[in-house]
Amino acid sequence: MTEHNVRNFNINFGPQHPAAHGVLRLVLELDGEIVERVDPHIGLLHRGTEKLIEHKTYTQAIPYFDRLDYVAPMNQEHAFALAVERLSDVEVPVRGQLIRVLYSEIGRILSHLLNVTTQAMDVGALTPPLWGFEEREKLMVFYERASGSRMHAAFVRPGGVHQDLPHQLVEDIGNWIDPFLKTVDDIDALLTDNRIFKQRNVDIGVVSLEECWAWGFSGVMVRGSGAAWDLRRSQPYECYSDFDFEIPIGKNGDCYDRYLIRMEEMRQSAHIMRQCVDRLLGKDKIGPVSSRDGKIVAPKRGEMKRSMEALIHHFKLYTEGYRVPEGEVYAAVEAPKGEFGVYLVSDGSNRPYRCKIRAPGYAHLQAMDFICRGHQLADVSAILGSLDIVFGEVDR
Amino acid sequence: MDHLNDGLRDLSAYITEEKGDLIDSAGITFGELTVTASATSIVPLLTFLRDDPQCQFVNIIDICGVDWPGRAQRFDVVYHLLSPRQNSRIRIKVAAGEDEPIPSVCGVFPGADWFEREAYDLYGILFTGHPDLRRILTDYGFEGHPLRKDFPLTGFVEVRYDDEMKRVVYDPVDLRQEYRDFDFLSPWEGTDYVLPGDEKKS
Repeated sequence: MTEHNVRNFNINFGPQHPAAHGVLRLVLELDGEIVERVDPHIGLLHRGTEKLIEHKTYTQAIPYFDRLDYVAPMNQEHAFALAVERLSDVEVPVRGQLIRVLYSEIGRILSHLLNVTTQAMDVGALTPPLWGFEEREKLMVFYERASGSRMHAAFVRPGGVHQDLPHQLVEDIGNWIDPFLKTVDDIDALLTDNRIFKQRNVDIGVVSLEECWAWGFSGVMVRGSGAAWDLRRSQPYECYSDFDFEIPIGKNGDCYDRYLIRMEEMRQSAHIMRQCVDRLLGKDKIGPVSSRDGKIVAPKRGEMKRSMEALIHHFKLYTEGYRVPEGEVYAAVEAPKGEFGVYLVSDGSNRPYRCKIRAPGYAHLQAMDFICRGHQLADVSAILGSLDIVFGEVDR
Repeated sequence: MDHLNDGLRDLSAYITEEKGDLIDSAGITFGELTVTASATSIVPLLTFLRDDPQCQFVNIIDICGVDWPGRAQRFDVVYHLLSPRQNSRIRIKVAAGEDEPIPSVCGVFPGADWFEREAYDLYGILFTGHPDLRRILTDYGFEGHPLRKDFPLTGFVEVRYDDEMKRVVYDPVDLRQEYRDFDFLSPWEGTDYVLPGDEKKS
Protein backbone atom coordinates (compact mmCIF):
# COMPACT_ATOMS: atom_id res chain seq x y z
CA MET A 1 0.00 0.00 0.00
CA THR A 2 1.35 3.37 -0.94
CA GLU A 3 0.61 6.40 1.14
CA HIS A 4 -1.61 8.94 -0.51
CA ASN A 5 -1.74 12.58 0.28
CA VAL A 6 -5.33 13.14 1.28
CA ARG A 7 -6.42 16.70 0.86
CA ASN A 8 -9.62 18.60 0.33
CA PHE A 9 -10.50 19.90 -3.08
CA ASN A 10 -11.91 23.30 -3.85
CA ILE A 11 -13.98 23.51 -6.96
CA ASN A 12 -15.93 26.27 -8.62
CA PHE A 13 -19.52 25.48 -9.51
CA GLY A 14 -20.70 28.11 -11.95
CA PRO A 15 -21.09 30.99 -12.73
CA GLN A 16 -21.73 29.38 -16.10
CA HIS A 17 -23.28 26.08 -15.27
CA PRO A 18 -26.77 25.09 -16.41
CA ALA A 19 -27.66 23.69 -13.01
CA ALA A 20 -26.68 26.94 -11.28
CA HIS A 21 -29.99 28.44 -12.51
CA GLY A 22 -28.37 31.66 -13.53
CA VAL A 23 -25.19 33.35 -12.48
CA LEU A 24 -24.40 31.67 -9.21
CA ARG A 25 -20.83 30.94 -8.32
CA LEU A 26 -20.46 28.31 -5.65
CA VAL A 27 -17.07 27.63 -4.17
CA LEU A 28 -17.28 24.07 -2.93
CA GLU A 29 -14.84 22.47 -0.56
CA LEU A 30 -14.89 18.74 -1.10
CA ASP A 31 -13.56 15.82 0.82
CA GLY A 32 -13.74 13.22 -1.90
CA GLU A 33 -17.36 13.35 -3.00
CA ILE A 34 -18.62 14.85 0.25
CA VAL A 35 -19.29 18.57 0.44
CA GLU A 36 -17.53 20.11 3.42
CA ARG A 37 -18.35 23.76 2.86
CA VAL A 38 -20.29 25.82 0.35
CA ASP A 39 -19.56 29.46 -0.21
CA PRO A 40 -22.05 31.03 -2.62
CA HIS A 41 -20.76 34.12 -4.38
CA ILE A 42 -23.67 36.19 -5.58
CA GLY A 43 -24.03 39.65 -7.02
CA LEU A 44 -23.05 38.85 -10.58
CA LEU A 45 -26.45 40.10 -11.69
CA HIS A 46 -26.58 43.04 -9.28
CA ARG A 47 -28.19 45.96 -11.07
CA GLY A 48 -28.72 48.34 -8.18
CA THR A 49 -32.51 48.13 -8.43
CA GLU A 50 -33.06 49.69 -5.03
CA LYS A 51 -30.80 52.61 -5.84
CA LEU A 52 -32.50 53.15 -9.19
CA ILE A 53 -35.94 53.10 -7.59
CA GLU A 54 -34.89 55.85 -5.20
CA HIS A 55 -34.22 58.03 -8.23
CA LYS A 56 -37.47 57.35 -10.06
CA THR A 57 -41.07 58.29 -9.44
CA TYR A 58 -43.41 55.66 -8.09
CA THR A 59 -44.80 54.89 -11.54
CA GLN A 60 -41.34 54.57 -13.04
CA ALA A 61 -40.37 52.13 -10.29
CA ILE A 62 -42.94 49.51 -11.34
CA PRO A 63 -41.04 47.97 -14.29
CA TYR A 64 -38.05 47.25 -12.08
CA PHE A 65 -40.17 44.77 -10.19
CA ASP A 66 -40.77 42.69 -13.31
CA ARG A 67 -37.06 42.23 -13.61
CA LEU A 68 -36.58 40.80 -10.15
CA ASP A 69 -38.07 37.35 -10.32
CA TYR A 70 -38.50 37.35 -14.08
CA VAL A 71 -40.19 33.96 -13.94
CA ALA A 72 -43.30 35.36 -12.26
CA PRO A 73 -43.21 39.10 -12.91
CA MET A 74 -46.61 40.27 -11.79
CA ASN A 75 -46.35 38.87 -8.28
CA GLN A 76 -43.55 41.34 -7.57
CA GLU A 77 -45.39 44.34 -8.96
CA HIS A 78 -48.26 43.29 -6.78
CA ALA A 79 -46.21 43.65 -3.58
CA PHE A 80 -45.07 47.13 -4.57
CA ALA A 81 -48.60 48.17 -5.49
CA LEU A 82 -49.88 46.91 -2.14
CA ALA A 83 -47.23 48.93 -0.29
CA VAL A 84 -48.09 52.14 -2.15
CA GLU A 85 -51.81 51.54 -1.68
CA ARG A 86 -51.41 51.01 2.05
CA LEU A 87 -49.49 54.28 2.39
CA SER A 88 -51.85 56.34 0.23
CA ASP A 89 -55.02 54.57 1.42
CA VAL A 90 -56.34 53.62 -2.01
CA GLU A 91 -59.06 51.03 -2.55
CA VAL A 92 -58.90 48.67 -5.51
CA PRO A 93 -62.23 47.80 -7.18
CA VAL A 94 -63.34 44.17 -7.12
CA ARG A 95 -62.72 43.50 -10.80
CA GLY A 96 -59.21 44.90 -10.48
CA GLN A 97 -58.57 42.62 -7.51
CA LEU A 98 -59.83 39.60 -9.43
CA ILE A 99 -57.56 40.34 -12.36
CA ARG A 100 -54.63 40.71 -9.97
CA VAL A 101 -55.41 37.38 -8.34
CA LEU A 102 -55.85 35.71 -11.73
CA TYR A 103 -52.49 36.93 -12.95
CA SER A 104 -50.74 36.21 -9.64
CA GLU A 105 -51.85 32.62 -9.98
CA ILE A 106 -50.68 32.53 -13.60
CA GLY A 107 -47.34 33.74 -12.27
CA ARG A 108 -47.30 31.00 -9.67
CA ILE A 109 -47.90 28.35 -12.31
CA LEU A 110 -45.24 29.92 -14.55
CA SER A 111 -42.72 29.74 -11.74
CA HIS A 112 -43.61 26.27 -10.47
CA LEU A 113 -43.61 24.84 -14.00
CA LEU A 114 -40.15 26.20 -14.60
CA ASN A 115 -38.88 25.02 -11.25
CA VAL A 116 -40.34 21.52 -11.22
CA THR A 117 -39.27 20.76 -14.75
CA THR A 118 -35.77 22.23 -14.61
CA GLN A 119 -35.15 20.54 -11.30
CA ALA A 120 -36.06 17.30 -13.03
CA MET A 121 -33.56 18.22 -15.71
CA ASP A 122 -30.88 18.86 -13.08
CA VAL A 123 -31.28 15.30 -11.88
CA GLY A 124 -31.29 13.82 -15.35
CA ALA A 125 -34.75 13.94 -16.94
CA LEU A 126 -35.13 15.71 -20.27
CA THR A 127 -38.80 15.33 -21.16
CA PRO A 128 -40.48 17.36 -18.36
CA PRO A 129 -38.98 20.72 -19.42
CA LEU A 130 -40.19 20.15 -22.97
CA TRP A 131 -43.73 19.48 -21.80
CA GLY A 132 -43.75 22.19 -19.17
CA PHE A 133 -42.37 24.92 -21.38
CA GLU A 134 -45.15 24.40 -23.87
CA GLU A 135 -47.64 25.42 -21.20
CA ARG A 136 -45.46 28.28 -20.04
CA GLU A 137 -45.47 29.58 -23.57
CA LYS A 138 -49.27 29.68 -23.57
CA LEU A 139 -49.27 31.50 -20.24
CA MET A 140 -46.84 34.07 -21.54
CA VAL A 141 -49.20 34.69 -24.42
CA PHE A 142 -51.88 35.45 -21.81
CA TYR A 143 -49.47 37.94 -20.26
CA GLU A 144 -48.90 39.46 -23.66
CA ARG A 145 -52.58 39.71 -24.47
CA ALA A 146 -53.24 41.52 -21.19
CA SER A 147 -50.27 43.86 -21.05
CA GLY A 148 -48.56 43.79 -24.44
CA SER A 149 -45.48 42.13 -23.03
CA ARG A 150 -44.62 38.50 -22.51
CA MET A 151 -42.61 39.02 -19.36
CA HIS A 152 -42.05 42.60 -18.31
CA ALA A 153 -45.68 43.46 -17.98
CA ALA A 154 -45.85 46.60 -15.76
CA PHE A 155 -49.52 45.69 -15.54
CA VAL A 156 -50.28 45.85 -11.83
CA ARG A 157 -50.23 49.53 -10.93
CA PRO A 158 -50.95 51.16 -7.59
CA GLY A 159 -54.72 51.59 -7.58
CA GLY A 160 -55.55 48.56 -9.69
CA VAL A 161 -54.35 47.18 -13.00
CA HIS A 162 -53.43 49.09 -16.11
CA GLN A 163 -56.11 47.82 -18.48
CA ASP A 164 -59.22 45.72 -18.48
CA LEU A 165 -59.02 42.24 -19.95
CA PRO A 166 -60.83 41.57 -23.22
CA HIS A 167 -63.74 39.18 -22.87
CA GLN A 168 -62.18 36.67 -25.26
CA LEU A 169 -58.97 36.56 -23.23
CA VAL A 170 -60.80 35.61 -20.03
CA GLU A 171 -62.63 32.87 -21.94
CA ASP A 172 -59.39 31.57 -23.40
CA ILE A 173 -57.81 31.44 -19.97
CA GLY A 174 -60.84 29.48 -18.78
CA ASN A 175 -60.46 27.05 -21.68
CA TRP A 176 -56.76 26.61 -20.96
CA ILE A 177 -57.26 25.30 -17.42
CA ASP A 178 -58.55 21.79 -18.12
CA PRO A 179 -55.95 20.80 -20.72
CA PHE A 180 -53.33 22.20 -18.36
CA LEU A 181 -54.46 19.92 -15.54
CA LYS A 182 -53.97 17.05 -17.98
CA THR A 183 -50.38 18.22 -18.60
CA VAL A 184 -49.74 18.38 -14.85
CA ASP A 185 -50.98 14.79 -14.62
CA ASP A 186 -48.63 13.81 -17.42
CA ILE A 187 -45.63 15.41 -15.69
CA ASP A 188 -46.81 13.75 -12.49
CA ALA A 189 -46.80 10.36 -14.24
CA LEU A 190 -43.28 10.99 -15.51
CA LEU A 191 -41.72 12.07 -12.24
CA THR A 192 -43.58 11.27 -9.06
CA ASP A 193 -43.01 7.52 -9.07
CA ASN A 194 -39.88 7.64 -11.16
CA ARG A 195 -37.16 5.57 -9.54
CA ILE A 196 -34.27 7.82 -10.53
CA PHE A 197 -36.10 11.00 -9.59
CA LYS A 198 -36.92 9.59 -6.16
CA GLN A 199 -33.39 8.34 -5.60
CA ARG A 200 -32.07 11.79 -6.31
CA ASN A 201 -34.60 13.71 -4.20
CA VAL A 202 -36.02 11.68 -1.33
CA ASP A 203 -34.23 12.45 1.96
CA ILE A 204 -32.00 14.98 0.27
CA GLY A 205 -31.73 18.46 1.73
CA VAL A 206 -33.82 17.81 4.83
CA VAL A 207 -34.61 20.93 6.86
CA SER A 208 -36.56 20.92 10.11
CA LEU A 209 -39.26 23.49 10.72
CA GLU A 210 -37.35 25.31 13.49
CA GLU A 211 -34.36 25.65 11.20
CA CYS A 212 -36.63 26.94 8.42
CA TRP A 213 -37.94 29.77 10.57
CA ALA A 214 -34.52 30.65 11.98
CA TRP A 215 -32.98 30.85 8.52
CA GLY A 216 -35.72 33.15 7.30
CA PHE A 217 -37.34 30.66 4.93
CA SER A 218 -40.83 31.15 3.60
CA GLY A 219 -43.24 29.75 1.07
CA VAL A 220 -42.72 26.22 -0.21
CA MET A 221 -39.65 25.79 1.97
CA VAL A 222 -41.61 26.06 5.25
CA ARG A 223 -44.61 24.20 3.87
CA GLY A 224 -42.29 21.36 2.87
CA SER A 225 -41.24 21.10 6.50
CA GLY A 226 -44.79 20.88 7.77
CA ALA A 227 -46.06 24.38 8.53
CA ALA A 228 -49.44 25.22 7.01
CA TRP A 229 -48.28 28.76 6.45
CA ASP A 230 -49.41 30.65 3.39
CA LEU A 231 -49.81 34.41 3.36
CA ARG A 232 -52.78 34.08 1.04
CA ARG A 233 -54.59 32.37 3.91
CA SER A 234 -52.95 33.63 7.09
CA GLN A 235 -52.64 37.31 6.20
CA PRO A 236 -55.02 37.59 3.25
CA TYR A 237 -54.52 40.42 0.81
CA GLU A 238 -56.77 41.34 -2.13
CA CYS A 239 -59.77 39.03 -2.23
CA TYR A 240 -57.93 35.79 -1.49
CA SER A 241 -60.22 35.16 1.48
CA ASP A 242 -63.13 34.74 -0.99
CA PHE A 243 -61.51 31.81 -2.74
CA ASP A 244 -61.61 28.16 -1.97
CA PHE A 245 -58.22 26.47 -2.11
CA GLU A 246 -56.11 24.06 -0.11
CA ILE A 247 -52.59 24.51 1.22
CA PRO A 248 -50.49 21.39 0.66
CA ILE A 249 -47.83 20.67 3.27
CA GLY A 250 -45.00 18.18 3.43
CA LYS A 251 -43.92 15.91 6.24
CA ASN A 252 -40.24 15.30 5.69
CA GLY A 253 -38.84 18.64 4.58
CA ASP A 254 -36.79 17.09 1.79
CA CYS A 255 -36.44 17.95 -1.88
CA TYR A 256 -39.07 15.41 -2.87
CA ASP A 257 -41.72 16.91 -0.56
CA ARG A 258 -41.03 20.34 -1.96
CA TYR A 259 -41.49 18.95 -5.46
CA LEU A 260 -44.82 17.37 -4.47
CA ILE A 261 -46.02 20.63 -2.91
CA ARG A 262 -45.22 22.57 -6.06
CA MET A 263 -47.15 20.07 -8.15
CA GLU A 264 -50.18 20.34 -5.88
CA GLU A 265 -49.94 24.12 -5.73
CA MET A 266 -50.17 24.26 -9.50
CA ARG A 267 -53.46 22.37 -9.32
CA GLN A 268 -54.70 24.65 -6.55
CA SER A 269 -53.69 27.71 -8.57
CA ALA A 270 -55.64 26.37 -11.51
CA HIS A 271 -58.59 25.95 -9.17
CA ILE A 272 -58.31 29.58 -8.03
CA MET A 273 -58.02 30.68 -11.64
CA ARG A 274 -61.21 28.81 -12.47
CA GLN A 275 -63.05 30.69 -9.71
CA CYS A 276 -61.58 33.99 -10.91
CA VAL A 277 -62.59 33.34 -14.50
CA ASP A 278 -66.12 32.42 -13.44
CA ARG A 279 -66.49 35.66 -11.53
CA LEU A 280 -64.89 37.76 -14.26
CA LEU A 281 -67.31 36.30 -16.79
CA GLY A 282 -70.30 36.32 -14.45
CA LYS A 283 -70.90 38.51 -11.41
CA ASP A 284 -68.06 40.96 -11.99
CA LYS A 285 -68.27 41.06 -15.74
CA ILE A 286 -68.28 44.83 -15.86
CA GLY A 287 -66.80 47.33 -13.51
CA PRO A 288 -63.75 49.50 -13.06
CA VAL A 289 -60.38 47.77 -12.89
CA SER A 290 -58.57 50.52 -11.09
CA SER A 291 -59.29 53.20 -8.56
CA ARG A 292 -61.18 56.24 -9.84
CA ASP A 293 -58.91 58.53 -7.86
CA GLY A 294 -57.45 60.80 -10.52
CA LYS A 295 -54.61 61.81 -8.20
CA ILE A 296 -53.11 58.31 -8.36
CA VAL A 297 -54.39 56.58 -11.49
CA ALA A 298 -53.83 58.26 -14.82
CA PRO A 299 -56.90 58.69 -17.04
CA LYS A 300 -57.34 56.71 -20.24
CA ARG A 301 -56.31 58.39 -23.44
CA GLY A 302 -59.84 58.88 -24.77
CA GLU A 303 -60.91 60.55 -21.57
CA MET A 304 -57.84 62.74 -21.60
CA LYS A 305 -58.73 64.06 -25.06
CA ARG A 306 -62.14 65.23 -23.95
CA SER A 307 -61.90 66.30 -20.33
CA MET A 308 -59.79 69.23 -19.16
CA GLU A 309 -59.48 67.80 -15.67
CA ALA A 310 -58.30 64.47 -17.03
CA LEU A 311 -55.74 66.28 -19.14
CA ILE A 312 -54.36 68.06 -16.08
CA HIS A 313 -54.22 64.81 -14.14
CA HIS A 314 -52.48 63.11 -17.02
CA PHE A 315 -49.88 65.85 -17.28
CA LYS A 316 -49.24 65.96 -13.55
CA LEU A 317 -49.04 62.17 -13.19
CA TYR A 318 -46.58 61.71 -16.04
CA THR A 319 -44.28 64.57 -15.03
CA GLU A 320 -44.35 64.97 -11.31
CA GLY A 321 -46.01 61.66 -10.52
CA TYR A 322 -48.08 61.28 -7.42
CA ARG A 323 -46.93 62.01 -3.93
CA VAL A 324 -47.19 59.31 -1.33
CA PRO A 325 -47.82 60.37 2.29
CA GLU A 326 -44.91 60.21 4.67
CA GLY A 327 -44.48 56.95 6.49
CA GLU A 328 -43.13 53.46 6.25
CA VAL A 329 -44.84 50.22 5.45
CA TYR A 330 -43.94 46.60 4.83
CA ALA A 331 -46.17 44.81 2.35
CA ALA A 332 -45.69 41.14 1.56
CA VAL A 333 -47.26 38.75 -0.90
CA GLU A 334 -47.03 35.01 -1.21
CA ALA A 335 -44.90 34.92 -4.33
CA PRO A 336 -44.29 31.49 -5.90
CA LYS A 337 -40.91 31.28 -4.22
CA GLY A 338 -41.97 32.46 -0.80
CA GLU A 339 -42.65 35.70 0.98
CA PHE A 340 -41.80 38.58 -1.31
CA GLY A 341 -41.89 41.83 0.62
CA VAL A 342 -41.39 45.49 -0.07
CA TYR A 343 -40.34 47.78 2.76
CA LEU A 344 -41.21 51.22 1.52
CA VAL A 345 -40.15 54.41 3.27
CA SER A 346 -41.74 57.57 1.93
CA ASP A 347 -40.72 61.11 2.80
CA GLY A 348 -43.85 62.59 1.27
CA SER A 349 -42.29 63.36 -2.10
CA ASN A 350 -42.91 61.78 -5.50
CA ARG A 351 -40.06 59.28 -5.15
CA PRO A 352 -39.59 56.45 -2.70
CA TYR A 353 -37.07 57.44 -0.06
CA ARG A 354 -36.09 53.83 0.46
CA CYS A 355 -37.46 50.72 -1.13
CA LYS A 356 -36.02 47.57 0.32
CA ILE A 357 -36.91 44.47 -1.62
CA ARG A 358 -37.11 41.35 0.48
CA ALA A 359 -36.59 38.49 -1.91
CA PRO A 360 -37.40 34.97 -0.71
CA GLY A 361 -34.59 33.43 -2.77
CA TYR A 362 -31.99 35.51 -0.94
CA ALA A 363 -32.85 33.94 2.40
CA HIS A 364 -33.05 30.48 0.85
CA LEU A 365 -29.72 30.70 -0.92
CA GLN A 366 -27.82 31.78 2.17
CA ALA A 367 -28.70 28.47 3.76
CA MET A 368 -26.94 26.52 0.99
CA ASP A 369 -23.91 25.95 3.18
CA PHE A 370 -26.06 24.71 6.04
CA ILE A 371 -28.21 22.40 3.89
CA CYS A 372 -25.48 20.99 1.65
CA ARG A 373 -22.92 20.12 4.30
CA GLY A 374 -22.28 16.40 4.35
CA HIS A 375 -24.16 15.75 1.12
CA GLN A 376 -22.67 14.31 -2.05
CA LEU A 377 -21.49 16.67 -4.74
CA ALA A 378 -24.27 15.49 -7.05
CA ASP A 379 -26.88 16.50 -4.46
CA VAL A 380 -25.84 20.13 -4.64
CA SER A 381 -27.67 20.62 -7.91
CA ALA A 382 -30.76 18.77 -6.63
CA ILE A 383 -30.85 20.98 -3.52
CA LEU A 384 -30.24 24.12 -5.50
CA GLY A 385 -33.07 23.15 -7.81
CA SER A 386 -35.49 22.57 -4.97
CA LEU A 387 -34.63 25.90 -3.31
CA ASP A 388 -36.08 27.57 -6.41
CA ILE A 389 -33.56 30.33 -6.97
CA VAL A 390 -33.88 33.03 -9.58
CA PHE A 391 -30.99 35.41 -9.76
CA GLY A 392 -32.98 38.43 -10.76
CA GLU A 393 -34.40 38.65 -7.26
CA VAL A 394 -31.41 37.38 -5.32
CA ASP A 395 -28.97 39.90 -6.77
CA ARG A 396 -31.41 42.76 -7.35
CA MET B 1 -57.93 46.41 10.31
CA ASP B 2 -59.16 47.44 13.77
CA HIS B 3 -59.02 43.98 15.26
CA LEU B 4 -55.46 43.66 13.95
CA ASN B 5 -54.54 46.93 15.62
CA ASP B 6 -56.03 45.70 18.90
CA GLY B 7 -53.79 42.67 18.81
CA LEU B 8 -50.78 44.86 18.06
CA ARG B 9 -51.67 47.23 20.88
CA ASP B 10 -51.79 44.31 23.31
CA LEU B 11 -48.46 43.06 21.99
CA SER B 12 -46.93 46.52 22.25
CA ALA B 13 -48.17 46.94 25.82
CA TYR B 14 -46.86 43.47 26.69
CA ILE B 15 -43.40 44.16 25.30
CA THR B 16 -43.25 47.56 27.01
CA GLU B 17 -44.21 45.97 30.32
CA GLU B 18 -41.85 43.02 30.09
CA LYS B 19 -38.82 44.62 28.49
CA GLY B 20 -39.42 48.34 28.87
CA ASP B 21 -35.75 48.89 29.67
CA LEU B 22 -34.69 47.45 26.30
CA ILE B 23 -36.88 49.58 24.07
CA ASP B 24 -37.03 53.32 23.59
CA SER B 25 -40.49 53.64 22.09
CA ALA B 26 -43.25 51.63 20.46
CA GLY B 27 -45.92 52.81 18.08
CA ILE B 28 -48.44 51.53 15.57
CA THR B 29 -48.64 53.16 12.15
CA PHE B 30 -50.40 51.85 9.05
CA GLY B 31 -51.36 48.76 11.03
CA GLU B 32 -47.77 47.84 11.82
CA LEU B 33 -45.95 47.79 15.12
CA THR B 34 -42.63 49.62 15.17
CA VAL B 35 -40.29 49.45 18.13
CA THR B 36 -37.15 51.52 18.45
CA ALA B 37 -34.24 50.29 20.49
CA SER B 38 -30.62 51.12 21.08
CA ALA B 39 -27.68 49.21 19.68
CA THR B 40 -26.75 47.67 23.01
CA SER B 41 -30.16 46.14 23.58
CA ILE B 42 -30.81 44.64 20.16
CA VAL B 43 -29.47 41.16 20.92
CA PRO B 44 -31.35 40.67 24.22
CA LEU B 45 -34.49 42.21 22.68
CA LEU B 46 -34.48 39.88 19.67
CA THR B 47 -33.74 36.91 21.90
CA PHE B 48 -36.70 37.83 24.08
CA LEU B 49 -38.99 38.28 21.08
CA ARG B 50 -37.92 34.92 19.70
CA ASP B 51 -38.22 32.91 22.91
CA ASP B 52 -41.11 34.48 24.79
CA PRO B 53 -44.20 32.27 24.45
CA GLN B 54 -46.45 35.29 23.88
CA CYS B 55 -44.27 36.64 21.07
CA GLN B 56 -42.57 33.74 19.26
CA PHE B 57 -41.10 35.91 16.53
CA VAL B 58 -39.09 32.96 15.26
CA ASN B 59 -38.91 33.93 11.60
CA ILE B 60 -36.38 36.54 10.53
CA ILE B 61 -37.85 38.33 7.55
CA ASP B 62 -35.42 41.06 6.77
CA ILE B 63 -32.64 43.32 8.00
CA CYS B 64 -31.88 46.43 6.05
CA GLY B 65 -30.32 49.83 6.38
CA VAL B 66 -31.84 53.23 5.71
CA ASP B 67 -29.69 56.32 5.23
CA TRP B 68 -30.65 59.69 6.71
CA PRO B 69 -27.62 61.87 5.98
CA GLY B 70 -29.03 64.84 7.88
CA ARG B 71 -29.08 63.08 11.21
CA ALA B 72 -26.26 62.79 13.72
CA GLN B 73 -26.61 59.02 13.68
CA ARG B 74 -27.18 58.72 9.98
CA PHE B 75 -28.29 55.10 9.61
CA ASP B 76 -31.29 53.15 10.73
CA VAL B 77 -30.98 49.40 10.85
CA VAL B 78 -34.45 47.96 10.43
CA TYR B 79 -35.28 44.41 11.52
CA HIS B 80 -38.49 42.74 10.42
CA LEU B 81 -39.65 39.68 12.30
CA LEU B 82 -42.62 37.42 11.81
CA SER B 83 -44.40 35.29 14.36
CA PRO B 84 -46.19 32.49 12.54
CA ARG B 85 -47.79 31.27 15.75
CA GLN B 86 -49.25 34.66 16.73
CA ASN B 87 -49.64 35.63 13.08
CA SER B 88 -48.14 39.05 13.59
CA ARG B 89 -45.22 41.10 12.42
CA ILE B 90 -42.92 43.50 14.22
CA ARG B 91 -40.38 46.04 13.07
CA ILE B 92 -37.41 47.03 15.23
CA LYS B 93 -35.38 50.09 14.39
CA VAL B 94 -31.92 50.86 15.69
CA ALA B 95 -30.05 54.05 14.90
CA ALA B 96 -26.36 53.83 14.08
CA GLY B 97 -23.66 56.34 13.27
CA GLU B 98 -21.16 55.97 10.48
CA ASP B 99 -18.54 54.34 12.67
CA GLU B 100 -20.68 52.99 15.45
CA PRO B 101 -20.88 49.24 15.10
CA ILE B 102 -24.07 47.33 15.85
CA PRO B 103 -23.95 43.94 17.55
CA SER B 104 -24.64 41.18 15.05
CA VAL B 105 -27.74 39.06 15.61
CA CYS B 106 -26.36 36.05 13.76
CA GLY B 107 -26.26 34.23 17.09
CA VAL B 108 -30.01 34.70 17.51
CA PHE B 109 -31.04 34.05 13.92
CA PRO B 110 -28.55 32.29 11.64
CA GLY B 111 -30.52 33.76 8.74
CA ALA B 112 -29.32 37.24 9.68
CA ASP B 113 -25.95 36.47 8.10
CA TRP B 114 -26.49 37.65 4.53
CA PHE B 115 -28.84 40.46 5.46
CA GLU B 116 -26.14 41.98 7.66
CA ARG B 117 -23.53 41.46 4.97
CA GLU B 118 -25.83 43.28 2.58
CA ALA B 119 -26.32 46.20 4.96
CA TYR B 120 -22.56 46.38 5.39
CA ASP B 121 -21.98 46.21 1.66
CA LEU B 122 -24.55 48.78 0.61
CA TYR B 123 -24.35 51.20 3.56
CA GLY B 124 -21.10 50.48 5.38
CA ILE B 125 -22.88 49.67 8.62
CA LEU B 126 -20.55 47.57 10.75
CA PHE B 127 -21.76 44.56 12.70
CA THR B 128 -19.61 43.31 15.56
CA GLY B 129 -19.46 39.58 16.09
CA HIS B 130 -20.54 38.74 12.55
CA PRO B 131 -18.74 35.55 11.47
CA ASP B 132 -17.86 36.69 7.96
CA LEU B 133 -18.53 40.34 7.22
CA ARG B 134 -17.60 40.52 3.52
CA ARG B 135 -19.13 42.37 0.63
CA ILE B 136 -21.89 40.39 -0.99
CA LEU B 137 -23.75 42.10 -3.83
CA THR B 138 -21.14 44.41 -5.30
CA ASP B 139 -18.14 43.49 -7.40
CA TYR B 140 -14.95 41.96 -6.01
CA GLY B 141 -12.78 44.90 -4.96
CA PHE B 142 -15.60 47.43 -5.08
CA GLU B 143 -15.05 50.66 -3.20
CA GLY B 144 -17.72 52.71 -1.50
CA HIS B 145 -21.20 51.93 -0.29
CA PRO B 146 -23.65 52.40 -3.15
CA LEU B 147 -26.95 52.85 -1.35
CA ARG B 148 -25.77 55.82 0.67
CA LYS B 149 -27.56 58.97 -0.39
CA ASP B 150 -24.26 60.69 -1.21
CA PHE B 151 -23.19 57.93 -3.62
CA PRO B 152 -23.97 59.00 -7.19
CA LEU B 153 -26.41 56.90 -9.18
CA THR B 154 -23.88 56.45 -11.98
CA GLY B 155 -21.14 55.28 -9.63
CA PHE B 156 -17.47 56.11 -10.10
CA VAL B 157 -16.08 53.37 -12.33
CA GLU B 158 -17.27 51.44 -15.34
CA VAL B 159 -15.97 48.11 -16.57
CA ARG B 160 -15.12 46.94 -20.04
CA TYR B 161 -13.16 44.10 -21.56
CA ASP B 162 -9.88 45.29 -22.97
CA ASP B 163 -8.95 43.26 -26.02
CA GLU B 164 -5.26 44.16 -25.88
CA MET B 165 -4.75 43.46 -22.21
CA LYS B 166 -7.09 40.43 -22.44
CA ARG B 167 -8.81 41.28 -19.21
CA VAL B 168 -11.56 43.41 -17.73
CA VAL B 169 -10.43 46.92 -16.90
CA TYR B 170 -11.98 49.62 -14.74
CA ASP B 171 -12.23 53.15 -16.08
CA PRO B 172 -13.67 56.27 -14.51
CA VAL B 173 -17.29 56.75 -15.59
CA ASP B 174 -17.48 58.66 -18.84
CA LEU B 175 -21.03 59.52 -19.85
CA ARG B 176 -21.83 60.49 -23.45
CA GLN B 177 -24.48 62.75 -22.07
CA GLU B 178 -24.48 64.21 -18.61
CA TYR B 179 -26.78 62.32 -16.29
CA ARG B 180 -29.96 64.31 -15.93
CA ASP B 181 -31.72 63.82 -12.66
CA PHE B 182 -34.82 65.87 -13.25
CA ASP B 183 -36.62 67.28 -10.29
CA PHE B 184 -40.29 67.18 -11.19
CA LEU B 185 -41.47 68.04 -7.73
CA SER B 186 -42.97 71.29 -8.85
CA PRO B 187 -43.29 71.70 -12.61
CA TRP B 188 -45.04 75.03 -12.16
CA GLU B 189 -42.40 76.81 -10.14
CA GLY B 190 -39.30 75.55 -11.93
CA THR B 191 -36.31 73.79 -10.50
CA ASP B 192 -33.69 75.01 -8.10
CA TYR B 193 -30.91 73.95 -10.47
CA VAL B 194 -30.01 74.94 -14.02
CA LEU B 195 -31.11 72.45 -16.66
CA PRO B 196 -28.24 71.16 -18.78
CA GLY B 197 -28.18 73.04 -22.06
CA ASP B 198 -30.20 75.84 -20.55
CA GLU B 199 -27.35 77.80 -19.02
CA LYS B 200 -28.21 81.17 -20.59
CA LYS B 201 -26.51 84.22 -19.15
CA SER B 202 -29.24 86.26 -17.57
